[in-house]
Amino acid sequence: MNEYQKIYDAIIEGDEDKALEEAKTLLAQGVPPIDIINQGLITAMEEIGRLYKEEEIFIPEMMMAAQAVTEVINTLKPHMPAGSGSRGAIVIGTVEGDIHDIGKNLVALLLYSNGYTVHDLGNNVAPDEFVAAAQEYNADIVALSALLTTTMENMDHTIEAFTEAGLRDKVKIIIGGAPVTGEYAEEIGADGYSDDAQGAVELAGRLLEESK
Amino acid sequence: MIIGELINTSRKSIKPLVENYDAEAILAIVRSEAEAGADFIDLNCGTFVKDEPERLTWLTKLVAESIDTPICLDSPNPAALRAALPLLKGPAVINSISAETKRYNDILPLALEFGAKLIALCLDGKAVPKTAEERYTIGAQLIENLVKAGIPADNIYIDPLVEPVSVSQNGGLVLLETVRRLHTDYPEVHFICGLSNISFGLPNRKLVNRYFLAQTIGAGMDSFILDPTDRSLMGCYWASRMLVGQDKFCSQYLKANRQGLFEDK
Repeated sequence: MNEYQKIYDAIIEGDEDKALEEAKTLLAQGVPPIDIINQGLITAMEEIGRLYKEEEIFIPEMMMAAQAVTEVINTLKPHMPAGSGSRGAIVIGTVEGDIHDIGKNLVALLLYSNGYTVHDLGNNVAPDEFVAAAQEYNADIVALSALLTTTMENMDHTIEAFTEAGLRDKVKIIIGGAPVTGEYAEEIGADGYSDDAQGAVELAGRLLEESK
Repeated sequence: MIIGELINTSRKSIKPLVENYDAEAILAIVRSEAEAGADFIDLNCGTFVKDEPERLTWLTKLVAESIDTPICLDSPNPAALRAALPLLKGPAVINSISAETKRYNDILPLALEFGAKLIALCLDGKAVPKTAEERYTIGAQLIENLVKAGIPADNIYIDPLVEPVSVSQNGGLVLLETVRRLHTDYPEVHFICGLSNISFGLPNRKLVNRYFLAQTIGAGMDSFILDPTDRSLMGCYWASRMLVGQDKFCSQYLKANRQGLFEDK
């Protein structure tokens, strides 16, 4: 059993208290926070993702694990240099005219617990706000959500805004939400699409790997 | 009241049928809904963003001419509704209006002109209301405004919004509380919901849907948008409404039982 086994197990079980306790023990032993995140938390979340895909666990259990990871990362942050240990910066939001945020929140939580820096702009976000945030946070990926067939076209408008600002080749844009399809993603020139939250995590990993 | 939900182009099996104008296949599904006990047939082709009016018109014409069960037009698009409403033969349901200013102003005149029943979402466009209190406030305001504008209370179907319990653990409770309060204060209006959203992300969804249906009926819900070909769910519907006095002389329950429309399993 390696030193990260206990925190790994705590995350798999979704036991936030035990995970926090274990994180503090490791910190006290002088283990670098970045190693706790990479060896303990992210490997656990990868296993959680696998279990979800196999339908051995379900959304609430995945959220419980992601919530525990989020709390541990928040505890570790003060012990780390700012911005270190991030797999990449992601700006996320629900597009203009659409106020649905359950799916977007779930994707944001999973991305954060898988080691990304996540800037959540909320819902009803205008194209210009996405562009401004992507610049401010130097985003690698911009993730757009829409739940309505009537607001989906604002994904298209948001991508156009990136093109007009001359930033389209600087960021990867991914989209998701109930009415969204892979076909639509292709039509509006998005870099990727996922039909569920775990898929979005894998998509982000793949896109950043490709652009290295 | 049961609205059959199957003809919706966001379902993967339905989209190609509408795309290819496959009248036979569409009618077979609509007939199965009607035979299973649906009071209205929902028609939704919202995924055809560019030519929704044309698609909805085709669907409406097809169903209205071939089947007696009336139609629920499921679209927020006034152009699509304006084209489809005159084609209806019987009573109409419009799904849906909300408290969002533009949508309210777009849909209200159509409902008045065609005497349609109106599904009204507890949404004001600012944020999805999280608490029963917020939903109650939006719902109550909608009811009062619609009645004042001339929609009979009996034609109003309030949809308090169902959120999946897998991601929003209080979602079921918020819905029940909203319905209970609005039903107490406005006993003459109806309550409806799209049931299956409650079980999103969970295993054994049919079981979750069924138990939730029974609980919502206990709170005052009387109408549902669901898959009427799910025979256990329909049994739960007829039995539950009978148990809370929504079924005079138990006649609907007995009739459905006699017709063999549901099963207990």
